[in-house]
Amino acid sequence: MQNNYEAVFIMTPVLSDQQMKEAVDKFKTVLSNGGAEIVHEENWGLKKLAYPVSHKSTGFYQLLQFKSAPELIKKFETELKRDERIIRWLTVSLDKHALEYASKRIQRLSGQKAAEEAKQEEPKQEQVAVEQENNKEE
Amino acid sequence: MPEQSEIRYLTPPTVEIKKKKYCRFKKNGIKYIDYKDPEFLKKFLNEQGKILPRRITGTSLKFQRKLSVAIKRARHLALLPYVTDLLK
Repeated sequence: MQNNYEAVFIMTPVLSDQQMKEAVDKFKTVLSNGGAEIVHEENWGLKKLAYPVSHKSTGFYQLLQFKSAPELIKKFETELKRDERIIRWLTVSLDKHALEYASKRIQRLSGQKAAEEAKQEEPKQEQVAVEQENNKEE
Repeated sequence: MPEQSEIRYLTPPTVEIKKKKYCRFKKNGIKYIDYKDPEFLKKFLNEQGKILPRRITGTSLKFQRKLSVAIKRARHLALLPYVTDLLK
């Protein structure tokens, strides 16, 4: 049986972008090796914390939404706990309302992204247009 | 209970028309309260970061419970402070 989960974790701000991506990839592989399917991921970047956590006032936030068996969660959380780069994490299971909200959020974010890319870069706009045409042909 | 004629005011008392409170989640059809949105959750906190009671916000019991869980999750993730001054 697979349930829907959402995990947010905070990584220490001392990491470089590269190291941060490595850390995120590590947890993604932990999930995918355990048979989970990652539905959505979001990087919120460096954010200020509302209060200091392990003497840090900022941190990299990362969100992962995934489908997995309930047994995997314990393993995943142990991995988070053992990793020194992670200063805080929260895993929650999503009920039907949460799932609905999450899918709307994904749509909204992808819409925003597309709009931004279209505004910022003209060549990308063309690419998108080409892709859309391709989709139509299919 | 004094009769009304006994009390005399220099200025006529302004009788406040009580606005009926309502649950904004029920009214707007919000079914899930997102803990990742601290700006929205701040509407239900006082200046010290405490959760406002239902009698002030008018939230229904069902959503007050969900709200408190969402706020506590946000606090854990350092999106909202546990204790503070001058949140707003």
